[in-house]
Amino acid sequence: MISVPELSLVVLVGVSGSGKSTFAARHFAPTQVISSDFCRGLVADDENDQSATPAAFDLLHHIVGVRLSRGLLTVVDATNVQYAARRSLIDLARQHDVLADAIVLDVPEEVAIERNASRPDRDFGAGVVIRQRKDLRRSLGKISRDGFRKVHVLRGLDEIEAATIGYEKAWSDKTELTGPFDIIGDVHGCRSELETLLGELGWVRGPQGYAHPGGRTAVFVGDLVDRGPDTPGVLSLVMDMVEAGTAICVMGNHEQKLVRALNGRKVKVAHGLQESLDQLAAQPPGFAERAKTFMDGLLSHYRLDGGRLVVAHAGLKEAYHGRASGRVRAFALYGDTTGETDEYGLPVRYPWADDYRGRAMVVYGHTPTVSPEWVNNTICLDTGCVFGGHLTALRYPEREIVQVPAEKVWYEPAKPLGAAHVRDPGMLDINDVIGTRHVETRFGPRVKVMEENAAAALEVMSRFAVDPRWLVYLPPTMAPPETSTLDGYLEHPHEAFEEFAAAGVREVVCEEKHMGSRAVAVLARTPEVAAARFGVTDGGAGAVFTRTGRPFFADTEPLVTRLREACEPLWAELGSDWVVLDCELLPWSAKAGELIRSQYASVGAAARAALPEAVAALEAAAGRGLEVHGLLDRTRRRAGNAALFRDAYARYCWPVDGLEGIKVAPFQILACEGRATALEPHAWHLSTLGLLDSPLIARTEHVFVTLDSPESRAAATAWWESMTATGGEGMVVKPAVHTPGRVQPGVKVRGREYLRIIYGPDYTESLDVLRRRFLGKKRSLALREYALGLEALSRLADGEPGWRVHEPVFAVLALESEPVDPRL
Amino acid sequence: MTITTTARPATDLGFLLHKHPERVQEFGQSFGTATVFYPEAGGERCTVALMLEVDPIALARSRGKGSPDFSLSQYVNDRPYAASSLLAVALADVFRTARAGRCGARPELPGTALPLELRLPALPCRGGPDLARRLFEPLGWEVAAQPIVLDAGFPEWGESRYVRLTLSGSARLADALNHLYVLLPVLDDGKHYWIAPDEVDKLIRAGEGWLHGHPERGLITRRYLGRRSTLTRTALARLAELGDETEEQLEPAVEEDAPAGITAATEAATEAATEAPAAEGRAAEGRDARPQTGVDAAQDAVPAEGPGAEGPGGAVGEPKGRPLSARRREAVLARLEQLGAASVIDLGCGHGELVGALLARPRFAKVGGMDVSSMALTIAARKLRLDRMPDSRRARLTLFQGALTYTDKRLSGYDAAVLMEVIEHVDPPRLAALERVVFAHARPAHVLVTTPNIEHNVRYEFLTGLRHPDHRFEWTRAEFAAWATRVAGEHGYQVGFEPVGDDDPEVGPPTQMGVFTRDQRS
Repeated sequence: MISVPELSLVVLVGVSGSGKSTFAARHFAPTQVISSDFCRGLVADDENDQSATPAAFDLLHHIVGVRLSRGLLTVVDATNVQYAARRSLIDLARQHDVLADAIVLDVPEEVAIERNASRPDRDFGAGVVIRQRKDLRRSLGKISRDGFRKVHVLRGLDEIEAATIGYEKAWSDKTELTGPFDIIGDVHGCRSELETLLGELGWVRGPQGYAHPGGRTAVFVGDLVDRGPDTPGVLSLVMDMVEAGTAICVMGNHEQKLVRALNGRKVKVAHGLQESLDQLAAQPPGFAERAKTFMDGLLSHYRLDGGRLVVAHAGLKEAYHGRASGRVRAFALYGDTTGETDEYGLPVRYPWADDYRGRAMVVYGHTPTVSPEWVNNTICLDTGCVFGGHLTALRYPEREIVQVPAEKVWYEPAKPLGAAHVRDPGMLDINDVIGTRHVETRFGPRVKVMEENAAAALEVMSRFAVDPRWLVYLPPTMAPPETSTLDGYLEHPHEAFEEFAAAGVREVVCEEKHMGSRAVAVLARTPEVAAARFGVTDGGAGAVFTRTGRPFFADTEPLVTRLREACEPLWAELGSDWVVLDCELLPWSAKAGELIRSQYASVGAAARAALPEAVAALEAAAGRGLEVHGLLDRTRRRAGNAALFRDAYARYCWPVDGLEGIKVAPFQILACEGRATALEPHAWHLSTLGLLDSPLIARTEHVFVTLDSPESRAAATAWWESMTATGGEGMVVKPAVHTPGRVQPGVKVRGREYLRIIYGPDYTESLDVLRRRFLGKKRSLALREYALGLEALSRLADGEPGWRVHEPVFAVLALESEPVDPRL
Repeated sequence: MTITTTARPATDLGFLLHKHPERVQEFGQSFGTATVFYPEAGGERCTVALMLEVDPIALARSRGKGSPDFSLSQYVNDRPYAASSLLAVALADVFRTARAGRCGARPELPGTALPLELRLPALPCRGGPDLARRLFEPLGWEVAAQPIVLDAGFPEWGESRYVRLTLSGSARLADALNHLYVLLPVLDDGKHYWIAPDEVDKLIRAGEGWLHGHPERGLITRRYLGRRSTLTRTALARLAELGDETEEQLEPAVEEDAPAGITAATEAATEAATEAPAAEGRAAEGRDARPQTGVDAAQDAVPAEGPGAEGPGGAVGEPKGRPLSARRREAVLARLEQLGAASVIDLGCGHGELVGALLARPRFAKVGGMDVSSMALTIAARKLRLDRMPDSRRARLTLFQGALTYTDKRLSGYDAAVLMEVIEHVDPPRLAALERVVFAHARPAHVLVTTPNIEHNVRYEFLTGLRHPDHRFEWTRAEFAAWATRVAGEHGYQVGFEPVGDDDPEVGPPTQMGVFTRDQRS
């Protein structure tokens, strides 16, 4: 039985004809095995073209490197009988912080020669094998010093035949432990505070040491020792817990140094090491030895709870999770140091957590701060207890902080404790958004964003959008229903009802579509809430932005203030002091004034000026007996259409003076503290928003429709007809409750007159052509953007870091720049 | 459009146009149908009408997968109603023989000036009735240009860009047609149609005999040839419409201009068609010919060559000497050399003018250029002739898209970073992010920041507001100094200030520059 680490580089060693490929094929998946012959074939179209060997190994190293960086076990099938070949593979493994094992297949020379002879593609003589075997013989004596974790030597055909492969979990892999955990920060010999903290956490001292009645496991982040008053007491307590299986502990840099000192190595005695040495010396014989063995056996990091939690003394960047190498251990013990020292003589630490983008929560200690603060799903629990701060624990998965104050300043700090990590407005990194990206959502398959769409979005986002801390959501696009075949109509409620009924939806809500500009309002009850929840410290308490993230007006402050006043009833109702609302802002002309004037009104003006003269000229010609009647009729009709077109846009324009005349129609509560309320039924949204009573707020008229009731459908259709006959934009039909799957979150059914704004004044003249429209892309886009929007809101509600919320929001904007028929 | 003559016999118009007054004739065009008919055809007065019906089917054609898409403005627009360049194209086609001045039946007619009246009920005229007069009056027309209100229901919206134009005078019909053929698109100045290189020849032919002496020949040439868009902007256009805005409102702070090949042709044509002295060169007329700078050019335009200056900031000028943009670039280069920087990144590199100047100096071993606009980068790549740059020079250059509000590892590793006329394009609440990205994360040894000095704006006679519509702010010297000093203090830099351009004793220089140098220890 050969045992190799689950994630490792397995190097097969053996002469040509020793049966490496056969061995590999028997024990490993085909994709795990990278052979030099295969690579030679790829770069030369001939597996035996020896001139291609350097290129083949370049390729082999590249493939192996990519696999290892992705955390995949990889087997190299090449002779590897020479030291240099093995050395380069070991270096490759180290670059990716994985261990390497060698499996040597040692077969008798004549067997290898005979096997080669029987293969027509191996035309080299016995000399090659004899030379390789000489290399192998020479290697075997010292291969154990190459740097492999283990060298497994299989001698003779029988041993090779009988071998089986087993897998060892990485030492750091405790993913099977699911907690719950109480993770405890740097103790530094503060036994009394530790006991108080364990008490606060509900731990009870029994005959076998501390145990938790709730079955919790304690996790110590290291630095149990040095500086404090009772290092032996802390060690004794923790060792008992670890032995009893109620605690696990990772090594801190202070344990490492103490072990070296106890081993008699020459170390500089500083930073409280002397206290530990003195205290241990005063212990009964044997204690120091037990403590040394315990500390020496500590690992530098653990992966817990299925990989969702990583604990290391000084933290760990994502590429190192579950890996094993000298530098992984150094990072875990000392953090990412820049090699420089600050004015106190302490090492300057690189803020690796700022760049952390991993999915696993990383909990660590090492750097004393005044209070623990989440940074990108990482948290440092060292709150300087020994320096007179606090001893801190984190309850996992609850994410609750529990602290006890230090009883006194046990040790004077070399420098004042660092302030809490300030939430960084520059937290977003370019790599969170650019390039071709795949965004994971919990509401559907992951969403691909094309590079060119991301490029367009980057420009709009960074030049025009509101502060990304406010930009927590962008609304998805919405598709119309299948095109109506009803005479005179392009869109009709019938198709919308049919679509949802076919998808198994029982009840839908039809909401009046206000013809204004889509607006997302993010509102905090006070500027203090804005600072605490959104990290915006300029005194603002909210933002109102458009579908593309732009601020609504040059100064949105007055609108935000009025909206916050209007939303006063929501704070108590939602139990939250912030809220995100999906709204329509009226009139359309308030935001789109320039667009209306330069595009819609201009078309109307040109038509009004041109068509009557054309009619007059045609009438004169007709009066002379010329045959222009067809053209005259058409032109008269077009003049009528132009007038209707003008009425269509004019209906959505009215003058506003400041906020005077502005209306906001909220129709959905997207999120509030701890809740992505967008998932709530629409009845809840409409009734909760019904609480708002302010002249600023416009109501959203709506009817619920039971789809298997023809009467219910007919009533809603009549409602739509009466609304659109008087020029209303139309309605949005949505499943009454959130419906997962490939069901559209809503479809818009637009009115006949309104559609003149979209399809042009004369669209009614060519309905048959227009009916040939392609909805597939729009509908697919709507689903993807909807999933991204919900994902952003869920991340926001879960309190995830800013860049995590920004990622799906940015993706929505990028998708919106995809080419799709803009009239849909 | 109608053309009326009172020559006797007026029906000679039919001979000239090769269109019989008693018939209605239709001519298919790619975009619809042109119909020619005569509302009146008497001996004393004869009127021909050319009516263009833009085919609603062709316009409304539904597009399948994979076909090029358009923004909504492609569907709802004035082309079915207004006398745009479509009419010019139709006119050129339908009246080809007349425009060439040939008449087989009555060879003496084309050379004769006739009393004519030309009416265009809805003529798009960017520049208003005044521009119509400036263009047509020098050609001998009596011009009646009546503005059309945008929407009578909303008087506050004012006038539309259309005028009802009537031209009266005595002219050869061929000349009249050629005037319209050239000047309709000039007045429209839309950007709907891509203009092929052979438009230069067309302009020269149609302008024969009258364009040369026209006082507005520069404007006519530039506008006629200037309506080409070689880069698609539909992605931005779509995002603009989504936000209920016009595409212009998302216009990049840098202006697109023609690829080098076409520019040369244009200039040659301008000279050929107008015999303009070479010194006039690419004189500024609004956006079309702003000297291009890294991020922003409006403030640098030399004074316009006449009252026709358009576009924001078109009238703003550096009163004497070289353009401010060039002086700014020289000041930055001189300072970089003095600082001994061997690697420099231009943050907000625009069309790559500074990048090009850096590459021309071998002492800058590594040159970076970043801009947020991929269009600007495409233009920069073209102007720098990236595709044929020698490897040794190409290897020194990195051009990439990025934004100064996102941390970015690619910004690290340069001796100096240049933010030339960039910070004023960033919303004040997001400056903090820019500060962190540049001064905390990239942390080059030197940072050069230039920005307008708003105190100097009083020296620009025609300037109202800020120097460029995309500027989010402009600072006084004191405001800039306060910002720079705080930023330097927070991030371990020292900062000094230098004027760029003529340092006015009262209001200071047009541009102010802050030179940041990182403290040794930090």
